[in-house]
Amino acid sequence: MPEHRLAPLTALGHPDPMVVTVGPVTLAEHTDIALASLAARRGREGDVAAAAQAIGLPLPGPGRHAAGPVWSAFWLGPDQWMVEAAFQTHEDIVAVLRPAFGTAASITEQTDAWVRFDLAGDDLAAAFERLCALDVRSMQPGDASRTVIEHLGTFVIRGRGGITVLGPRSAARSLHHALVTALRSAF
Amino acid sequence: MIIPHPLLGPRDAQEFVYLGDASLIDRPDGLAADAADRFHDYLYLRDNPAGLHRELWYHEQGDRSWLVVTRNTLTHEITQVELARDVARARGRGR
Repeated sequence: MPEHRLAPLTALGHPDPMVVTVGPVTLAEHTDIALASLAARRGREGDVAAAAQAIGLPLPGPGRHAAGPVWSAFWLGPDQWMVEAAFQTHEDIVAVLRPAFGTAASITEQTDAWVRFDLAGDDLAAAFERLCALDVRSMQPGDASRTVIEHLGTFVIRGRGGITVLGPRSAARSLHHALVTALRSAF
Repeated sequence: MIIPHPLLGPRDAQEFVYLGDASLIDRPDGLAADAADRFHDYLYLRDNPAGLHRELWYHEQGDRSWLVVTRNTLTHEITQVELARDVARARGRGR
């Protein structure tokens, strides 16, 4: 085995996650996350629900995000979820999930497809109404939805005291620029 | 235009892509004896009603579900929205 001495970079191209503060809002790149999509196969929905319960993975309903101690998940579509876990402990997330679900679900690694930005601050709706068509003002903590931000398909997840945005990793800097521009415009 | 998604509630039409008449769900059997005629009708013959129209929309920038939207082509009023997979299964489609 050759020994690789490569320095890992974040999606924005820096050694460490980038943190930007605009007025009362902190926008931070979040790198400690492993992602996998989980789709129940036809007729195996019950098996998937049972297997998820056995490993403590919440499977929320439409438009929702649910957090657990190890596993979190948000709804992607009918019988489909995006599963989240800490990258430090679950880097090979599919290998961890596969034994639990067997052939009942199709599981696909998504970690390297997405960049995650956490926005912390009050009244983020002022920025998000400039970014997307979602009614962010009426979103409750735990609401999660896919929408369009600057022509990019992104997930907007409302948490307590902030909003998490997942966007295409290949467009991380474009998305970051859009978020910073909207924050500067709003605050 | 706002499309009331059956699972996600009212969503802006810019998140959707339009495909066409909902009769596209009724794809003919390619092994039938008269398959060529039926595929001709399936591909080329469309009603063009001034009024209620059932059509397929894809929630591309949302949950990626196909919807059957019943829309009035004169007023753009949307009277019914169903998941296309439910419509297709009700017609005996799907494996």
